[in-house]
Amino acid sequence: MKCNRLVDVGRRQFLRGGLVATAGAAAATVVGTGQAQAQTALALVDYPANRLANIADLAANEPMDIGYPDADSPGVLIKLGNAVDGGVGPDGDIVAFSVLCPHKGWMLSYNAGDRTLNCPGHHSRFDCESGGQQIWGHATQNLPQFRLRVEDDGDIFADGVDELIYGRLSNVLA
Amino acid sequence: MAFKRQVGRLPIIPADAQEFNVTCHYCIVGCGYKAYTWPMNRQGGTAPEQNKFGVDLSEQQVMDAEAWYAPSMYNVVRQNGRDVQLVVKPDVNCSVNSGLGSIRGARMAENRPSRVTGTQAQRLSDPLVWRNGVWQPTSWDDALDLVARVTAKVVTEGSEDDLVVSMFDHGGSAGGYENTWGTGKLYFESMKVKNCRIHNRPAYNSEVHSSRDMGLDELNYAYKDYTLTDTIFMLGANSMETQTNLYLNHMVPGLQGGARMVVVDPRRTLTIASSEQYAGPENVLHLAIKEGTDLALCNAILTEIVDKGWTDAEFIAASTFPDGVAVAQDDAHPASLGSLEHAMTACRLSLDEAAEICGVPAADIARAAEWIAGPHEDGSRRKCVTCYEKGIIWGNDNYRTIGAIVNIALATGNVGREGGGVCRLGGHQEGYYRPGDAHVGRPAEYIDQFLIRGLGGVHHIWACDHYKTTLNASEFKRVHKRRSDIVKDAIDAAAGGTREQVVDAIVSAINAGGLFVVDVDIIHSQIGQNAHVILPACEANEMNLTSMNGERRLRLSEKYMDPWGNAKPDALIAAGVAQAMERVLREMGNDAYADQFKGYDWATEEDAFMDGYNKGNPEVTYERLRAMGNNGVQEPVTGFENGQLIGTERLYSDGRFTRHGREDGKALFCAAGWRGWQAPGKAREQAAHRFWINNVRANIFWQNQFLDQKNDFVQDRYPHPFVEMHPDDMVELGLNPGDLLEIINDNGVTQGMAYPMPTLKRNTVAMVFGSPAGSQGNVVNPGVNELVLPDYKHCWGDIRKISDATPQTAGISFKSPEAVL
Repeated sequence: MKCNRLVDVGRRQFLRGGLVATAGAAAATVVGTGQAQAQTALALVDYPANRLANIADLAANEPMDIGYPDADSPGVLIKLGNAVDGGVGPDGDIVAFSVLCPHKGWMLSYNAGDRTLNCPGHHSRFDCESGGQQIWGHATQNLPQFRLRVEDDGDIFADGVDELIYGRLSNVLA
Repeated sequence: MAFKRQVGRLPIIPADAQEFNVTCHYCIVGCGYKAYTWPMNRQGGTAPEQNKFGVDLSEQQVMDAEAWYAPSMYNVVRQNGRDVQLVVKPDVNCSVNSGLGSIRGARMAENRPSRVTGTQAQRLSDPLVWRNGVWQPTSWDDALDLVARVTAKVVTEGSEDDLVVSMFDHGGSAGGYENTWGTGKLYFESMKVKNCRIHNRPAYNSEVHSSRDMGLDELNYAYKDYTLTDTIFMLGANSMETQTNLYLNHMVPGLQGGARMVVVDPRRTLTIASSEQYAGPENVLHLAIKEGTDLALCNAILTEIVDKGWTDAEFIAASTFPDGVAVAQDDAHPASLGSLEHAMTACRLSLDEAAEICGVPAADIARAAEWIAGPHEDGSRRKCVTCYEKGIIWGNDNYRTIGAIVNIALATGNVGREGGGVCRLGGHQEGYYRPGDAHVGRPAEYIDQFLIRGLGGVHHIWACDHYKTTLNASEFKRVHKRRSDIVKDAIDAAAGGTREQVVDAIVSAINAGGLFVVDVDIIHSQIGQNAHVILPACEANEMNLTSMNGERRLRLSEKYMDPWGNAKPDALIAAGVAQAMERVLREMGNDAYADQFKGYDWATEEDAFMDGYNKGNPEVTYERLRAMGNNGVQEPVTGFENGQLIGTERLYSDGRFTRHGREDGKALFCAAGWRGWQAPGKAREQAAHRFWINNVRANIFWQNQFLDQKNDFVQDRYPHPFVEMHPDDMVELGLNPGDLLEIINDNGVTQGMAYPMPTLKRNTVAMVFGSPAGSQGNVVNPGVNELVLPDYKHCWGDIRKISDATPQTAGISFKSPEAVL
């Protein structure tokens, strides 16, 4: 009995954790003991691992246009030239972001001078050196950043996104 | 690393989701939003027929699409006792914002209390009473009985002057016509409380006395006037930050259509930076005056307009007072009022004199006058819309400065016409409907000083947190805490006593200098720490709420969720207090007084609306407002035809001015002579300290952060209040970005976080107002004007470092907020 109560407490804390966790908990409650989880009941978005470029393709502070998780979601891959929190590669300075402003979906432009992404529509701006933090603006979230990993041969892969991308209610479209 | 919600997918709004009209309850602009709710066990699909938008959501949506919402716009809330899914998103069909969301309003859903997602768990759910050394949750009956017994005893043994009330007067949020009526009926009809103040100033008074005395309501235009005008004249305001979608959806189209802009502000604001992008820098004139000199600048502009013959003679003859003095200067009028000629005897100031006072080139002042009033090349009249806000209202010499601004608009005939208007921009929405307040007097009592002097015995506080948002806050806090602690100690000492014994102990403590504090709020606020009874209120959309915005646009923002826990609308809490007062007074044998507290048998907020606003505006009902949707109707409402409420696009289009109550309908000019620092102590403080401490706003925060203090996205950006400083000043003081500093002067101390801002003048800083982690009001002196309007904006101090950046502050971005395109 005591054991069950502890389970309940744990579940309640889990539900409080946030939106994604809520979906996870809901999925867990419909999966019976010993049953395999059906593919359609996955709780999290299943991100593709896409090769974006090779390190050799990148020049410091020159953004490369990319698309992730698919070609309809434009982004930039940037070797900033100095290590940043969340940066990958041998210099810890490679990052990638969505370039659709999470306010109203205008296309952001990169300013190499202070390594920011800026919105021509309503002047929101995001800091590529601080995980896409909105320096100032109207969006209610920081800029979606693409999770990167670098293979031994220098190939850069994206395999995740940390915020909802403008214009899609699922980062990976059906 | 920046805060991320780690949300990769949101539930889709099903086609049959319930839909509600929502007016954003934060700033005065009142953007239209739509709320959608649907059961937990349902969700929409990507096929057009499966979702509310009727579009294919398996495709990437284009910019400005209706069919997208951010994670901040989603939550799970309680509706009629059941959990439901909620999306609150901007309404593309609302003329105010045309689908634009702000960083404040587009977080309304996320800032709802939710047991499921854990958001805003700080919300108060139950009445709390100070007992046994803590705040004990209790029932409404128990809490209201204690409030009524103490209040009734104090006002009958003494008088109603022993009851001090702090109460909001605004719309939106927890204000609105329902709630201002509830509190107003209680304190101004059942009682005649004169020792009262408003949420943001230490007395019960207007922020714009002079505009009203001159005949002009301060909200006289339509937002569309910004797109119809030739020149936008902005003083002491920063609309890109603080009235965001008024700026983006109305001012920017004006600028892009060829309008020029004159901005008066000591610092380069984001409004100036953005306007330069939208209009071209050659069409934006920034007058970076010395702090507090707006009045001299306006008088020189008026003088130039008069001397150049750019006044609107026809308008002046038809609509303004012609003969000398109409109202003499006296205790209630810090300047005389009358004809233009009379005003000029006090206002006349040359360009060179003003240039010397204001610290800007005479040529720039002349250019401002030309942009405001100089005729077009073909000789046609130039249209100018004038707007002002806290830099003026909370600035030097409020009465005369606003008078000088309105003078320019009157002299150029820019009121009641397309592309004109002279208006405050506003903070909250408006929503004031109360019985007459003439008994309060003018000048009104300076309530903070009244309390500091040890006067008053009971303090009822309605959604005000003076710890964060009053002036002279250091002293106010010390005294308020000391006095309320006397009562807490008495309650603790009376533990175990009967209700009668506890009430007697409280009243004895009050008579010994104590203060009994009742705090009505949605959260446990900082001033709430001093409360003996805390009553939980609800916000817009947890109740139906009516308010009007900065162009007098009245909307019904609909209830879509239950109040949190046992919280209630303020109107019904006020009714509960009144009913408890009636019962207690009758028990005390005071039937005549008890009878004054009849008439509160309201079951819902709509009953309060019908008892108050509807009695004065019989055409306006909830049903009719609901039908008018998010575009509502602009007040005053003049009729109801063909199923539509008929409103008024702009005031004074007939050239008759009435706000002052004059039967001749003539507007008055203000003899607004320049007299330097008006409020006591300002000149001395300026001379004694290095830094001017400008208090400013930022778009990310709503007001004093009462909800945002528990919003991760907001607190991640600014973990401490920012204090923007010139980088060279930072170097001199040994400050790096993110270092914690304190600001010191004779009034007190406050603290914040250094943020480099190269566009600031040296020896000035810009500190965000009202932060829970550092109240700028701590260092503002008690100086007010003749009518008890505070001068928050003028404060000087010295700065020293407290510590290196914390792990939190070290990780944030310190780059310039100006977009580089």
